[in-house]
Amino acid sequence: MGALIEVVLGGLMAGLLYSLVALGFVLIFKASGVFNFAQGAMVLLAALAFARFSEVMPMPLAFILAALVMVLVAFMIEKLVLRHLVNQEGIILFLATFGITYFIEGAGQLIFGSDIYRIDLGLPKEPKIILESTFDGGILISIEDLVAAAVAGLLVLLLALFFQKTSTGRALRAVADDHQAAQSIGIPLNRIWVIVWSVSGFVALIAGIIWGGKLGVQFSLALVALKAIPVVILGGFTSVPGAILGGLIIGVGEKLAEVYLGPIIGGGIENWFAYALALMFLLFRPEGLFGERHIDRV
Amino acid sequence: MFYRENGQYKTSYKADQALFPIVQDRIFIGLVMVIAFIVIPVFASEYLFRAIFIPFLILALAAIGLNLLVGYCGQISLGTGAFMMVGAYAAYNLAIRIPELNLLVVFLLAGFVTTIVGMAFGIPSLRIKGLYLAVATLAAQFFMDWLFSRVKWFTNESSSGAVSVPELQLFGFLWNSPVQKYFLVLCIVALFALIARNLVRSNIGRSWMATRDMDVAAEIIGIRPMYAKLSAFAVSSFFVGVAGALWGFVHLGSWEPAAFDVNRSFTLIFMVIIGGLGSILGSFLGAAFIIFLPIVLNQIPAFFGIPISTATAAHLESMIFGALIIFFLIVEPHGLARLWAIAKEKLRLWPFPH
Repeated sequence: MGALIEVVLGGLMAGLLYSLVALGFVLIFKASGVFNFAQGAMVLLAALAFARFSEVMPMPLAFILAALVMVLVAFMIEKLVLRHLVNQEGIILFLATFGITYFIEGAGQLIFGSDIYRIDLGLPKEPKIILESTFDGGILISIEDLVAAAVAGLLVLLLALFFQKTSTGRALRAVADDHQAAQSIGIPLNRIWVIVWSVSGFVALIAGIIWGGKLGVQFSLALVALKAIPVVILGGFTSVPGAILGGLIIGVGEKLAEVYLGPIIGGGIENWFAYALALMFLLFRPEGLFGERHIDRV
Repeated sequence: MFYRENGQYKTSYKADQALFPIVQDRIFIGLVMVIAFIVIPVFASEYLFRAIFIPFLILALAAIGLNLLVGYCGQISLGTGAFMMVGAYAAYNLAIRIPELNLLVVFLLAGFVTTIVGMAFGIPSLRIKGLYLAVATLAAQFFMDWLFSRVKWFTNESSSGAVSVPELQLFGFLWNSPVQKYFLVLCIVALFALIARNLVRSNIGRSWMATRDMDVAAEIIGIRPMYAKLSAFAVSSFFVGVAGALWGFVHLGSWEPAAFDVNRSFTLIFMVIIGGLGSILGSFLGAAFIIFLPIVLNQIPAFFGIPISTATAAHLESMIFGALIIFFLIVEPHGLARLWAIAKEKLRLWPFPH
């Protein structure tokens, strides 16, 4: 029993980290209808920037500077790419973000270097054992993961407040609902895009710092995006709660499969299991758990 | 002036249904064939065959297959690399386990195996649409990666996980020089391009296009969506599977699953988009573009004599590649095939535009 709870808890933590990356996808898709494949590259860039800045200056300053870098990236993407691709089909926009991915990966490593960098947030690495009296052997919990989970939760809360309570948030939701209608009541589309790409750049920065602290900042960080994609399709492209719940389902499912299914069919299944799980859900709800129902009209 | 159809009357149904109804098009295709079959083999060097022509032709075949699915039927797939992998490993297992089989039969059977796998992964398309489907097809990619690196039976228990094929033997001859391989690939690709070109203007191709343009409307006018979508997945996978088998047997010789990783899928979808959705010619143009671009980018620093480290060069290359993709999508989202069509329009009037 203790082992099972440990696995589930580990899965939940990992799932929250996936959600962090997935959130970036959802924010951008909501506001601009772009499925942003470059989110992984943005995580890499943000983490690289933070790691390199924090080598020469105190951490809070490095954080602010890295956030500014992400705002700059958002600005450039709007100015150089999105603006010229208004009204194109989803697939074209999707592929344009591949171009952005290649560009950011190249530029990020060119500017900040392509070695492995460490981010040390000063969190204890040793896992802690709790509830020793209830279960035999207790339950191992990593403090690092716990902090990461708390940060992720806080971020989601902040985003929810931002979307619901501020006027910018209302404008973002309006754009998400209908581009043209939003534009016709005077919401500046271009500025909204810069804002939403900046926000998701900020989310990428948080995700980059947490993931980078765990894995080290290196190229493979960009591949985190491929882990987050099943989370996004499971939760629905347009739903923030979907991203969180999807992340939790995928995280737990993956860990359980690794422990209970892995020994039977051979290890290393975590790469595709998330996709298979997401596909199963999709067969019953084709727009994801919380995605908007799509009604086809002729 | 030079490219116009004035005076070319079609007096029979046969002429009306010709593959290339305009004389100039026939001349052009004839010229391309002459260059491909005679000029290139005579003048090209061994390096060119190995590095450019053979991979170009094979990837063009895969791009045609993918284009049938994405460009004609509107079902986006990001798992093409996986289907190439299935084709390659199916061909490998057939060739190893049944050595007396003719190599061409091996390639075709590999195509059929891929067809079955492709249809299985196409089933979700009946429920899931658009970008959801696109990212869901990544499942095929990661599953196949895992399958062929973990299940030892597929690699004939090879200890390193890599497989290598014997030399190509066909009709009693050994096909091991680049020119011979080039001819083998060229014949297969030309044949398949012809099949594809005819398929898309047939009954089945029209049902794909109707499904692409609006699946609900297509269903209402009597096209069975299941039949249309699954047949598109089947035919596309067949093409891709044969391309995968060729890629393994003719181009690589020995390979491991990483040769068909997710980047292969992405490059193929680039080829289709940059070449032009819904165009057989576009598949060739796109493949040529994506094959040539890295080679050209590689040569530029050396050409100008700029000394840069390989890591820097790789990052720069990635940046330029990304920027060019964006540039192309912005200036011509309909791809190189559209540019070609525009050029033909202009040629109708040129050089007397009045």
